[in-house]
Amino acid sequence: MAEAAIELIGINKSFGPVRANRDINLEVKRGTIHGIIGENGAGKSTLMSILYGFYQADSGDIRVAGQPVTINTPNDAIAKGIGMVHQHFMLVQNFSVLENVILGMEGEPLLNASIAKARSELERLEREYGLEVDPDAIIEELPVGLQQRVEILKALYRGADILILDEPTGVLTPAEADHLFRILGQLKDEGKTVVLITHKLREIMAITDTVSVMRQGTMVATRTTSETSVEELAELMVGRRVLLHVEKGEAKPGEIKLSVRNLTVRDSRGVTMVKGVSFDVRAGEIVGIAGVAGNGQSELLEAVSGIRRAVSGTVMLEGSPVDVTGAAGPGDLRDRGLAHVPEDRHYMGLILPFEEYENSILGYHDEPQYQKGLFLDIDKARTEAAQQIEKYDIRPPNPRLKTANFSGGNQQKIVLAREMEQDPTVLIVGQPTRGVDVGAIEFIHKRLIAMRDQGKAVLLVSVELDEIRSLSDRILVMFDGRIVGERGPDAGEGELGLLMAGVEAKEAAE
Amino acid sequence: MSAPYAKLPGWADYGLIPLINLIVAFAVAGIVVLLVGENPLRAAVILVEGAFGGGQNIAYTLFYATNFIFTGLAVAVAFHCGLFNIGGEGQAYVGGLGVVAVALTLDGTFPWWVNFPLAILGSALAGALWALIPAFLQAKRGSHIVITTIMFNFIAASLMVYLLVDVLKPAGSMAPQTRTFLEGAHLPKLNWMLDAIGLPVRSAPLNVSFLLALVAAFVVWLIIWRTRLGYEIRTQGHSPKAARYAGIGEARIIIITMMISGALAGMMALNPIMGDQHRLQLDFVTGAGFVGIAVALMGRSHPAGIVPAAILFGMLYQGGAELAFEMPAISRDMIVIIQGLVILFAGALENLFRPTVQSIFASFTSTTPAVPATPGERA
Amino acid sequence: MDFFNVLILVLDSTVRLSVPLLLACLAGLYSERSGIFDIGLEGKMLAGAFASGAAAAVSGSAWVGLAAAILVSVFLALVHGFASITSRGNQIVSGVAINFVAAGATIILGQAWFSQGGRTPLLTGDGRFGALNLPFAAELRDVPIIGQIYSELLSGHSLLVYFAFFMVPFTWWVLFRTRFGLRLRAVGENPAAVDTAGISVAWLRYRAVICTGILTGVAGTYLALAQNAGFVKDMTAGKGFIALAALIFAKWRPVPAMFACLLFGFLDALSIRLQGSPLPLIGKVPVQFMQALPYILTVILLAGFIGKAIPPRAGGVPYVKER
Repeated sequence: MAEAAIELIGINKSFGPVRANRDINLEVKRGTIHGIIGENGAGKSTLMSILYGFYQADSGDIRVAGQPVTINTPNDAIAKGIGMVHQHFMLVQNFSVLENVILGMEGEPLLNASIAKARSELERLEREYGLEVDPDAIIEELPVGLQQRVEILKALYRGADILILDEPTGVLTPAEADHLFRILGQLKDEGKTVVLITHKLREIMAITDTVSVMRQGTMVATRTTSETSVEELAELMVGRRVLLHVEKGEAKPGEIKLSVRNLTVRDSRGVTMVKGVSFDVRAGEIVGIAGVAGNGQSELLEAVSGIRRAVSGTVMLEGSPVDVTGAAGPGDLRDRGLAHVPEDRHYMGLILPFEEYENSILGYHDEPQYQKGLFLDIDKARTEAAQQIEKYDIRPPNPRLKTANFSGGNQQKIVLAREMEQDPTVLIVGQPTRGVDVGAIEFIHKRLIAMRDQGKAVLLVSVELDEIRSLSDRILVMFDGRIVGERGPDAGEGELGLLMAGVEAKEAAE
Repeated sequence: MSAPYAKLPGWADYGLIPLINLIVAFAVAGIVVLLVGENPLRAAVILVEGAFGGGQNIAYTLFYATNFIFTGLAVAVAFHCGLFNIGGEGQAYVGGLGVVAVALTLDGTFPWWVNFPLAILGSALAGALWALIPAFLQAKRGSHIVITTIMFNFIAASLMVYLLVDVLKPAGSMAPQTRTFLEGAHLPKLNWMLDAIGLPVRSAPLNVSFLLALVAAFVVWLIIWRTRLGYEIRTQGHSPKAARYAGIGEARIIIITMMISGALAGMMALNPIMGDQHRLQLDFVTGAGFVGIAVALMGRSHPAGIVPAAILFGMLYQGGAELAFEMPAISRDMIVIIQGLVILFAGALENLFRPTVQSIFASFTSTTPAVPATPGERA
Repeated sequence: MDFFNVLILVLDSTVRLSVPLLLACLAGLYSERSGIFDIGLEGKMLAGAFASGAAAAVSGSAWVGLAAAILVSVFLALVHGFASITSRGNQIVSGVAINFVAAGATIILGQAWFSQGGRTPLLTGDGRFGALNLPFAAELRDVPIIGQIYSELLSGHSLLVYFAFFMVPFTWWVLFRTRFGLRLRAVGENPAAVDTAGISVAWLRYRAVICTGILTGVAGTYLALAQNAGFVKDMTAGKGFIALAALIFAKWRPVPAMFACLLFGFLDALSIRLQGSPLPLIGKVPVQFMQALPYILTVILLAGFIGKAIPPRAGGVPYVKER
């Protein structure tokens, strides 16, 4: 049992300036289920894509069963017995299960014989591992859980001894997830090695033998699952980062400015991402929504700001309803005093090829104040942009520079300046400091507190727990499309971490 | 979107790279000249002399350029919204109907300066309406605008043949064309302007629609860079996601943009019909709608680039005619090749030389610190 | 019987007119199924027609003409492939460019080499793909109906006609019964699935555009060496675009592609036959309307009023590994 199936030694990988993996060492024992846990962007998927040959590491060695190997393409990985189930399924939607399974492994140039062979092999695998699925079903007609089974079958059909699953339960219902875990257990009993990438602590505790924790591109710890605890893992995952201290006085909450009731939202694939969420935000307070990315926060923000049409529920701005399930668009909400700093700065909040001053009126460009007869009041926009640049210390201080040429922190300040300077009643902010340097983070945090002290209602969504804790006056934790708890700003990191991981409050107390 | 945001200074991005692409396109065209057994350099000299050698030549060059300014602007406006309007040819053709609707009814009633504005409206309206259906189908039903505009080119061609043969042709005439307009639908020539600067013109069709084209270029610049509408068009073109965030209605913007594009293409009809032939005849567009694609790509969709690019193509048309005279092996169809090569190198292969240029610049800047940030003058 | 004779004649010319459409349509099918949109079918067909006309005129052999056509057409297809696959350029722009280069170059080179106003010299005998008579065609001619169908409609076409119709089941077979076809269909739907399965996306797509080049070359050869006796300038006259329309109409499937091409060929044959004479019930239909009908039908189809034409999902988008 002690033999290593995979060893990764000193793996480094950068994408441009972003160091996705730094000096990673990892050993996975044969015949075990090894979990890799970490927040989004911790570098888990990159590491596994390197192992699968989808990317090449900048430096470092890979050993499979003790032998040094070079893996340059997925083919090399397949030949070494490594299979991968990607987070976004690599399936051809209008192909049958059988066609998907044999793609790339057809053998001979004519399909007839290989299909017949594949069919019997597939039936054997299905029996052996309890992976029933109709070989002739068309993928797009199958539920997600079954599609994932096809991905596993694909890997097994290729003779995988080592199976990597990247966030496999993200798209599954709890029942489907349980079924998947049973299958993984069975694979382990058959002597296969499983690497499970996830950000959900519950899954790690439920089925893994060993767990490695990644944070910001580094491997911070490896533990035997039975000897660790949810608390320890949560702490390792989130990390004891230097808490950026923000000076702030007592909040003086006033009347309710934003009120959300039973809001239900689906994403573009039709999956319900927000499930009947209700909350209020008062004037003069910051309400933080904590949660691991992908638990419905993005869809919530988009629905409240009018970008995405909600399925049902109500939103009230200053006591009067907004038609978020119907006609209300972002423009209507802006007119009624709701400003929105979106999560996706690059494609939603800014237009990178635009000059800075052009971005400083995005969304407000249709307001009378920026019109001069038939034309846009360019002078006014430029003057205001110059003022914002000074007030928010945006560098370089040039409103005519293309936005793409500003750093991440300065780009974010451009968005914040635009939204804050319109004197909104309600400000909703998504991931305000993602990809932002430390200096800018401090500045942005101060501005948000200042907004609160001016009596604005601020709704903050962030996956950075530190940020939520240091800014919020009330913390709502979102998990699986629901708000699973509300805590004060003094709530412990561990406690919040557990809520974020979907562990019930009661369990956490025990 | 796959192109990395270049750390290139503006002049390299808007000047150097298009120039390299253009030079390569002409170099390949030179190979074709070699293939037909002529000397490319001599051909180039004849071409340039033919285009600019005298007042007469310049007048013709500008006459052709007028067409290409209109169609180039049409393609460019759609590009700004992320749409590829291949239908300029058909929109210009149908735009001719708007011109003759005015010219045939009012040419005996009003002088040209009354009929001209009416014909501008007529041609713009006809072109815009012909673009409306593909635009509507793209905006509301998701039909790919490239395919529908191609189809509409062919439908326009059939429609115009039908109208000219069966409806508009005067009784008793054999040629598929309308009657010749009276004086009231003849646009004044501009040849006196060249005469005035000492470049005598014998007779050339250069007319006031050239000035209209320049005005149109300026107006397009105003619309795209100085109005709320243009702001919304560019937002939609760069990032549909940001447009949604900004509350810009996608369908509305697509339809309006395509109608502006169609109107510009339609206005091209004024130049040959009212300015030169004084009647509507078959195939008067002669590919100008397609030249617009090359012009827009070369001019990087900016009026300040489109006007010179259009004049370059005007030069090719006029100089090409002279060239065909001097070198019978090289007919005017040479221009079609050059046009194709320009589209290929300035359009489909625009990133071919960019990495090389970028790495040259990178090696240059690594030794010289602090490159001054150049403001993107052309947005 | 008069009506029957006319019908046989119209159907016979339908077959002849639909062959270039069919070849070009199947050509486009390979490329577009692999995710490379190709509006340059017209240009490749035209270049192929010129190459075959020129080579056959010089060599006196239709087969040399065919080889030249395929060579030239594949070259242009590879240019499109390079722009679309390697250089990740805009596929529409590239297709447009190829159409223009072909339109101009065929005339310039034709004039320079043969000095016949852009034509290639008139071909006779072995320089053309002449009519093939099927066995017993003459003997069966007098058998009513069946004999006429056999000898008039089925027999007496050039080899390339039979090749075109043979390509329909063959393409179907390649697409649905071979490894290459499976991968081709997969790469047009989800190139990432192909990439993770360890297959080169680029090489697969290059092979697809080569298939396109071969078939457009044959289509051009048919125009110059079978339907006509040499190359005439602009002889494709928009057939590449009608083929594209037929491909959309057929929803990118080989057998429906044949029927779409036959339908468009039939409309063409009918409009030639009618020449403006009135139709029963409908009255006089302008010839131009008949000519525009394929395009009008395609627009209506694209608008989703008669079923939805959904192109291959990855079509038109250069493949970039997800980051």
